[in-house]
Amino acid sequence: MIVRVSFSSLGDSRWYEYVVRFLLGGAATVMTGLVGQLWGPAVGGLFLAFPAMLCASATLVETHERRRKKEAGLTGDRRGADAAALDAVGAALGSVGLMAFAAVVLRTDASAPWTSLALASLAWALAAGCCWWIYKRLRKARS
Amino acid sequence: MVRVVGLMTESVIRFIAGGAVVSVFALIGDILRPKSFAGLFGAAPSVALVSLALATSIHGSDSVSIHAGSMLSGAAALLAFSFVTCHLLKRTRLSAALATLLALPVWLAVAFGLYAAVNP
Repeated sequence: MIVRVSFSSLGDSRWYEYVVRFLLGGAATVMTGLVGQLWGPAVGGLFLAFPAMLCASATLVETHERRRKKEAGLTGDRRGADAAALDAVGAALGSVGLMAFAAVVLRTDASAPWTSLALASLAWALAAGCCWWIYKRLRKARS
Repeated sequence: MVRVVGLMTESVIRFIAGGAVVSVFALIGDILRPKSFAGLFGAAPSVALVSLALATSIHGSDSVSIHAGSMLSGAAALLAFSFVTCHLLKRTRLSAALATLLALPVWLAVAFGLYAAVNP
């Protein structure tokens, strides 16, 4: 249940995977801006929650898990899919946080946009963290 | 011409800032365990932070609330997308890339469906 930091997992990633993430993140941000320019901020706002990063992270998590199992002499296909599914569960919980982020930006004073973004980020962290805690409690109660 | 150059400059700034912020959130997700907690960072507001900060700096704070209103629909669509992706991965033998690709129409349908419902 306790959240911990594991720096050893950084060794699972290849250098080009960091480059791909950077390019994908940059491309997603540019695409959001272009959509906003072409069809207005209302449509552009939808793409602020576009799942580009989730597609990449689920694929990377699966690849890392599969690679680790193959090194141990196993196929790792099932384990890779399970790890990616867990990543998607986390993203589902995080998307509740993203709703909290948007709601705070919407409700806070437009004359202080930087404060609004800081508060919204805090709301994301709190909402996502609480959802994850509830999810873990429910899983523990069920098992 | 001036407008095109302005748009190009804005896109370059967006690309670099977006790539950097997304990479930082992804790195944080990499080093955290358990995996379900790390997954929270797959739905981090990285693109939103950069886009809204740039919208504020360049266009003023007027468009920010419009962006945020629509983002609520986008986030609800992301919840549906993640749910479908998780079930596809658990119940089928699809790869993560294929599962997320198949779930993408769900995001589009929910996001634009809610958008149409809110803005008739």
